[in-house]
Amino acid sequence: MTTAYEPNVVLSTKEYDVVGTRPIRHDGVDKVTGAAKYGADFYASNMLFAKVLRSPHAHARIKSIDTTDAESLEGVRAVVTSKDFGNLPWTYERDQVMASHKVLYKGHPIAGVAAINSHIADHAISLIKVEYECLASVATVHEAMKENAPILLDDLRTEDDLGNNSESNTNVAKHIQYSTGDIEKGFNQADLIVEREFNTATVHQGYIEPSNFTVNWNQDGRLHIWLSSQGPFEIRGDAAKVLGIPVSNVKVTPMEIGGGFGAKFSVFSSPIAALLSKKTGHPVKVVNTRTEEFESSTPTPGSYLKVKIGITKSGQITSGQAYLAYEAGAYPGSPVGGGANCLFAPYDIPNQLIDGYDVVVNKPKTGAYRAPGSPNAAFAIESIVDELAEKLGMDPLNLRLMNASKSGTRRSDGVKFPRIGCIEVIEAMKSHPHYSTPLKGPNQGRGIAIGYWMNGAGESSITLTVHPDGHINLVEGSADIGGSRASISMMAAEVLGIPAESVHPSVVDTDSVGYTSGTGGSSVTHKAGIVVYQAASDVKLQLLDRAASIWGTDSNSLEMNNGVISSTSNHNLKISFEDLAAQLNDTGGPIVGRAALTTRGPGGAFAGHIIDVEVDPETGKVAILRCTAFQDCGKAIHPSYVEGQMQGGTVQGIGWALNEEYFMNEDGSMANGTFLDYRMPLALDLPMIDTVIVEVANPDHPFGVRGVGEVSIAPPLPAVANAVYGATGIRMNRLPMTPASIANITK
Amino acid sequence: MKWIDFANPTTLDEAIRLLSEHGEKARVMAGGTDLIVQLRVSPERIGNADLVIDGKGIPELNEISFSKEEGLTLGASVPCYKIYQNPTIAETYPGLIDSASLIGGIQIQGRASIGGNLCNGTPSADSIPTLIAHNVVCKIVGPGGTREVDVEDFCTGPSRTILEPNELLVSLHFPAPPKGFGARYIRFIPRNEMDIAVAGVGASVQLDEKNSVIKSARVALASVGPTPILVNEATSALVGKSPEDESAISKAGQAAKSAATPINDMRGTVEYRKHLCDVLTRRALNAAITRAKGGTIDVH
Repeated sequence: MTTAYEPNVVLSTKEYDVVGTRPIRHDGVDKVTGAAKYGADFYASNMLFAKVLRSPHAHARIKSIDTTDAESLEGVRAVVTSKDFGNLPWTYERDQVMASHKVLYKGHPIAGVAAINSHIADHAISLIKVEYECLASVATVHEAMKENAPILLDDLRTEDDLGNNSESNTNVAKHIQYSTGDIEKGFNQADLIVEREFNTATVHQGYIEPSNFTVNWNQDGRLHIWLSSQGPFEIRGDAAKVLGIPVSNVKVTPMEIGGGFGAKFSVFSSPIAALLSKKTGHPVKVVNTRTEEFESSTPTPGSYLKVKIGITKSGQITSGQAYLAYEAGAYPGSPVGGGANCLFAPYDIPNQLIDGYDVVVNKPKTGAYRAPGSPNAAFAIESIVDELAEKLGMDPLNLRLMNASKSGTRRSDGVKFPRIGCIEVIEAMKSHPHYSTPLKGPNQGRGIAIGYWMNGAGESSITLTVHPDGHINLVEGSADIGGSRASISMMAAEVLGIPAESVHPSVVDTDSVGYTSGTGGSSVTHKAGIVVYQAASDVKLQLLDRAASIWGTDSNSLEMNNGVISSTSNHNLKISFEDLAAQLNDTGGPIVGRAALTTRGPGGAFAGHIIDVEVDPETGKVAILRCTAFQDCGKAIHPSYVEGQMQGGTVQGIGWALNEEYFMNEDGSMANGTFLDYRMPLALDLPMIDTVIVEVANPDHPFGVRGVGEVSIAPPLPAVANAVYGATGIRMNRLPMTPASIANITK
Repeated sequence: MKWIDFANPTTLDEAIRLLSEHGEKARVMAGGTDLIVQLRVSPERIGNADLVIDGKGIPELNEISFSKEEGLTLGASVPCYKIYQNPTIAETYPGLIDSASLIGGIQIQGRASIGGNLCNGTPSADSIPTLIAHNVVCKIVGPGGTREVDVEDFCTGPSRTILEPNELLVSLHFPAPPKGFGARYIRFIPRNEMDIAVAGVGASVQLDEKNSVIKSARVALASVGPTPILVNEATSALVGKSPEDESAISKAGQAAKSAATPINDMRGTVEYRKHLCDVLTRRALNAAITRAKGGTIDVH
């Protein structure tokens, strides 16, 4: 690496014509002119506006609901409660949409009102009378796991990994355990053992655009949902399930999306809007307020972790033990599994025991958030590894290198790593000028940390239509939250030897494209890349066949390079893609390429951060002075969007580390449900985040892609903590690291 | 759906007449950056007002005038940006600029006024300690005529002021700063913009002609009590002392810490807020002294 300062470095290992370049994104003009239509921009004629009545209590029994006054208010068209689900049985999913006998968190929906405008709907929900019997609530895993803790779900029993259920009432929904080797033996081999406890607060994804849904229950029984979602097909399936109708009766049209970060997978209020539409015969639109978003969407869990590591004098980790308890929110399903998978993943630890607990608490159901489960785990393990390096007098990157996972290392859950870039990321950190630049002055500290995320794969379906002018229409089903229209188009262009601008991508509704799993798990560029490679290859083969039939030759003797079809045996036979495209209709008909596949082999991703901070010794306030993010992305299709993902994840990680939290009132309600008081980092709080893209090709992808969207959120939590330690000598074991806690004023 | 009427009077008399007719149900709007949000989010907090009286059309509320003899008269509706974009005011009252340039954000400062910030009367208002430090006098008009009130007496409780329902704040008067006067406002927020003070301190000093003795001093606190707090004990600790006397500054910090009566909430604990009063008071005083000596400070 050069020593001259470069803010954005790409350590490219293979060059292509289109892949790896930085064209203007296909949806760029509409985004910057404001022409792009987001969910809240959608209007239908005769549309009604809905508001949702939500519980003011964290935990209460519903004794009665009286909607009479709301129904008789002028302008109100319909009111629904859980009774409107009819004879459908009680399920967690249905109860989450609208509570029936109990509310489990402040913000839990109870009823919905549709009116001719949102002001009337708002007024009407205040007229609904609900009688509650308040119950004691639990806000943390500590409270929920206590003996005689208030129970949220009467039917809940602890399920262990073998499917054995506990006998009695509990708030622990699941216990997972991973075991390798012999931890006692491992700790006996260690010269140094460090055990630490960590607590992290519940945090929110904080996307700009609140959730929104417009739903029309057509007279023929077909349901149409317009919304901004990461997973139109998951919404289709879940809405059908909650409403008890066939999946083929539901069509979902994804609008542009203003951020999701994992949270926009839930049906949320769309079934309420559906029931209101069914009752009124009109399309019904519901748009959340920011406070509703905080109080009732799907944040990511607060957690408690206890981690113990044994290491030899020479720096070899011999044993690792961990206890993880993650908040699930009101219903089972925390990302504790993700946390357990990621915790020790960067290291080759021969002896391991991990116990993970999924714990229900009186907060909204948690959802995915960028590498769900991993940041909490990274905070714990990377704080300890930093402490171990210091105690052993070793360079913290060298200690990590010594123990780094590589191809063949087994992850804690038993999965054997394929080719991964853990070592390459650490090497890139070591050789970066940031790492060797001296800090300037007192109260400054430098922290480093690494992190892992599994990444996902899954289904993707793509069709490519050849236009008569040699352009390509690309139809796909992945909601574009990170520039995927550009990256998918670029991969198609690469295969066909045409410019990225000649490909025109459309993200279409669920009736117009094959099943495509959601935009999550950093999966899109991976899965859609594999599929678009096949679809473009399909187009290419058909073009060769067509040229062969025009020329009366064998297609095996033809090839297509740089957008030109030519014969390997006869130099006179040559035609540009553009010229051939113009002749298609007269030479046999249009050409449409297609591919649809359940992809596998996403290739895990590693990231690392170097963060410099300065701490105000009197107030405890942390200033981020410099931050460099490193990440193995396999192959950066569009490096600018990879850098954007790395920077965005980094910023969210820094916010999680320093200021963000669900601040809970005594009564179990959230005190800070606005962007004023839920303190995400703003532009003045951050330096420019420098990036280094490391490319260790994923052998399971035609261009070597690994998912890039998530892992960069994990290392900043411990990197900031380690930097604060460097500046103050205090090890922070609780998130957020508030100024008061850093100033050591704990009351 | 609630209807709210909007009046745009062009004279003080007309505004007073509307206030007298509508009483508690009328609210005067300066910039509206607090009022409009309250109308939408917490109308009960402002008496479920159904009439908004716009102050931007009344000349007296939009006055911004300065002379070396008379000092500064700042109409209650003058937006923050007009204050910090006025070179004379920026040079003469850097302490006022501290507050005017950090209320809300750039967009908010295009509408929000110091007068509105005062009338909204929240304990966390970033301008009020500055006004107290500057010995500002408030000009209030009602049906009975005009009265003048020292700004430290203006707030009576959280979001409560001495204004009668039929009165309005016309302007704020800042005395002309003599040589040797300096002021500074500092607030603590965990981020660097767009936040509500965990604690805030406005401080001013008047040095003698040799800059060797503090002749008078004022320290006022935000966000640590039901109203902004003028710390008289800080004044006692400082007056007659040398501006270089670190122990006097420390005593003033301790006095601020003692005077603060904060609550525990999501923005900070009692103990941390009191601690901040000490730290911020010392920092604000040292900066005010630097300014009093004619120096400049790094405001970031």
